[in-house]
Amino acid sequence: MNRFATLFNALDQSTKTTAKVTALAEYFVDAPEPDRVWTIAMFSGRRPKRAVTTTKLREWAAERADIPLWLFEESYPIVGDLAETIALVLPPPSRRTDQRLSHWINALRGLSDVNDDARKAFVLDAWDQLPDTQRFLFNKLITGGFRVGISQKLMTRALARATDRDEAELAHRLMGNWQPDSITWHRLIEADDPQADAARPYPFYLAYGLDDTPENLGSPSDWQAEWKWDGIRGQLILRGGQHLVWSRGEELMTDRFPELARAVDFLPDGTVLDGELLAWGDGAPQSFNALQKRIGRKTVPKKLLSEAPVILYAYDLLEDGGKDIRHLPLSERRARLEKLTVNLPPDTPVIQSPKIAFDDWAQLHALRATARDVQAEGLMLKRAASPYLAGRKKGDWWKWKLDPLTIDAVMIYAQSGAGRRANLFTDFTFAVWNGNDLVPFTKAYSGLTDVEFRKITSWVKKNTQQRFGPVRQVTPHHVFEIAFEGIQASPRHKSGVALRFPRMLRWREDKPVQEANTLDDLNEMLRVYG
Amino acid sequence: MADPLLTFTEHGIYCARGDFHIDPWRPVDRALITHGHADHARWGMGHYLATDLAAPVMRHRLGDIPLETIRYGEVRDIGGVSVSFHPAGHVPGSAQIRVEHGGEVWVASGDYKVVDDGLSTAFEPVKCHHFITESTFGLPVFRWKPQAEVAADLNAWWAACADAGQTAVLGAYALGKAQRLLSMLDPAIGPILCHTAIENTNAILRGQGLRLPETVHATAEVDPKAHPRALLLAPPSATDSKWAAKFGSRQTGFASGWMALRGIRRRRSQDRGFVISDHADWNGLLWAIEQTGAENIYVTHGYTEIFTRYLNSAGWNAQVIPTQFGGEEEDAA
Repeated sequence: MNRFATLFNALDQSTKTTAKVTALAEYFVDAPEPDRVWTIAMFSGRRPKRAVTTTKLREWAAERADIPLWLFEESYPIVGDLAETIALVLPPPSRRTDQRLSHWINALRGLSDVNDDARKAFVLDAWDQLPDTQRFLFNKLITGGFRVGISQKLMTRALARATDRDEAELAHRLMGNWQPDSITWHRLIEADDPQADAARPYPFYLAYGLDDTPENLGSPSDWQAEWKWDGIRGQLILRGGQHLVWSRGEELMTDRFPELARAVDFLPDGTVLDGELLAWGDGAPQSFNALQKRIGRKTVPKKLLSEAPVILYAYDLLEDGGKDIRHLPLSERRARLEKLTVNLPPDTPVIQSPKIAFDDWAQLHALRATARDVQAEGLMLKRAASPYLAGRKKGDWWKWKLDPLTIDAVMIYAQSGAGRRANLFTDFTFAVWNGNDLVPFTKAYSGLTDVEFRKITSWVKKNTQQRFGPVRQVTPHHVFEIAFEGIQASPRHKSGVALRFPRMLRWREDKPVQEANTLDDLNEMLRVYG
Repeated sequence: MADPLLTFTEHGIYCARGDFHIDPWRPVDRALITHGHADHARWGMGHYLATDLAAPVMRHRLGDIPLETIRYGEVRDIGGVSVSFHPAGHVPGSAQIRVEHGGEVWVASGDYKVVDDGLSTAFEPVKCHHFITESTFGLPVFRWKPQAEVAADLNAWWAACADAGQTAVLGAYALGKAQRLLSMLDPAIGPILCHTAIENTNAILRGQGLRLPETVHATAEVDPKAHPRALLLAPPSATDSKWAAKFGSRQTGFASGWMALRGIRRRRSQDRGFVISDHADWNGLLWAIEQTGAENIYVTHGYTEIFTRYLNSAGWNAQVIPTQFGGEEEDAA
């Protein structure tokens, strides 16, 4: 695993993209082929089936390190990563070996057939022969969750360099449902495989946020506007008489949305649509709240199916008559999409997401302000001449979101983060005033700079009133402006509301704690926007 | 029972019988100072007492202060209390302070490390009844590697930077850590350039007879082109400064015990982290405490609560003492 550890260190230690791509490309040339496949798999979030529970791992590590289990458990949140905590507490290895990455993965898979004693003996033996990084990586093979800042884009770039193949083609090959334990490097990267191709989604084209106003985009006539829906971005594939539904996160969701099966009855084979999965009712999209009930459910009870039926609100056509048409201009793809969907019966689970007609930017500004009324998050602006690109690209597609809702709240609890944010207080609970009481209503984790987090961490240490395990109650003193995308009633929360995407917009050091907002303010927002 | 010889007050560690404080954080009449770092040697004391080895740096940092010096092992009587200073191994001149009266012995160890860094006078365990310890790295996840191993990594990194035509910029605290790194670097790889804050401390320590490799003072006027293959040693705050940018294409490294944790390494966004600390690691702390033979342990800064709980579970009589030490935290350790 030395070769894999060298790669990992090169990726982990460098802050520069070019150095990362170079290190990866070299690895994809000189590492053993099975190791390459596993590496792609793990860096894209796949991992071998867990062979040992983390509870057992903790017990064995504490025992081997000769420390009480509670001490291990206290150390873990400070390190912020279980695999790393284990690697650090263990004594140095007594010997060194160098087995391939795939050797260790196969050995771990073999553990599912043996009893706990044999598993323990194997794991302890592995720890005793793996130094530093390799030991950490071995633990990661068990616990999963490699975070090395390798995006799919970066990995495909490295693969393209290593194999001399086209980046877009490689991105397409890596999509979908392939399993690292049953696929070879050749089949994944090199071979023609019509069957695998049939199931594969196209890489999604992602828009950047528009920071500016659209006036700088040029002539309005070059642009197409649509609502930006607040659902799940999805791709519907109709090929070979079958249908598949993929999420943007490359999750196969066909079974979660059984209502889309009927699309095969209405749309021709060889069709691939890009759109938004939305809960639909009374001829219009419903709030994200309605869709939320469906997320996370692998099978759907009948009652829910009728309460929150899901449709694909289609806004792009990627494959038409079995042909990849992503290179065609959006206006042409859109025309074909309209032709496909125009005469569908009203109960078809695929509906065309309408274009918004506008003559000038001023008109669009006014329309955008009404987005919440139609359950949209804002507008999408797409250049009419744009091809359908892969990944996040600047220039042709922009999301022009509504400004978030905001409220000034008081920080009352703090908890330290994990991973890169271990040892820093980054997870806070916020409250609003209700008379003289502070009522907690949301948590938020993001939005501050590292410098601000360091500053607030040092303040939290000095102003802790009480500890509840890892959570610290702090003196109510600091006011933060909390931004969020939506608000809804929630009987599960003490405040009676739940926010969507809460984050810290600003640390209001200028604002005295008494001037934070109140529960009445929050309820008024619920009335207006809920 | 008589009052304890040392107590913990809002000014710091206090000996009522001898009427002196150890590393006080507010102005007092008489202060015994373990070492020259800013969270231990503060401004405004009526009288200072420190080792002869710590004195020049303290004068450099605090100016013309009323400072008396003492050698390691020398015993002074202060108000009927026997006081002596013993090597703490933390930085050159750093001391543990032993205080004895009527057969009761206390040791305030300040900051310490138990491995010999080849530069500071090596840590010597002192038998006592009451031991005041730090716990900056008082968790079992902190286990230092031998210095020679880290030195090999450090020099390999520098050589690779030099071969690639890049300047290696290494961040380290100006007093102690910087000089320890200097002693670990291999001057055969290239020239070593030092930031003013570090070069000033180098000059003081060289004046005391410490052997450091040759360094170049990297002033604003120094021409980077005249020093190919250079390693630039700078305080952490300066590694990303305009001054450092002058040295063209470069990689940054940071040397600290905190670099043992990947999360902190990544947060600092350095190209490399080297795990090298002037504080004792987990095993070092436990070894030092064991060696004192003390039954009563006072834990002043670091992971105080966890470390204290462990000591109590392992049979010591330990307690947490809130202090204002450890102010330099990530940068210094």
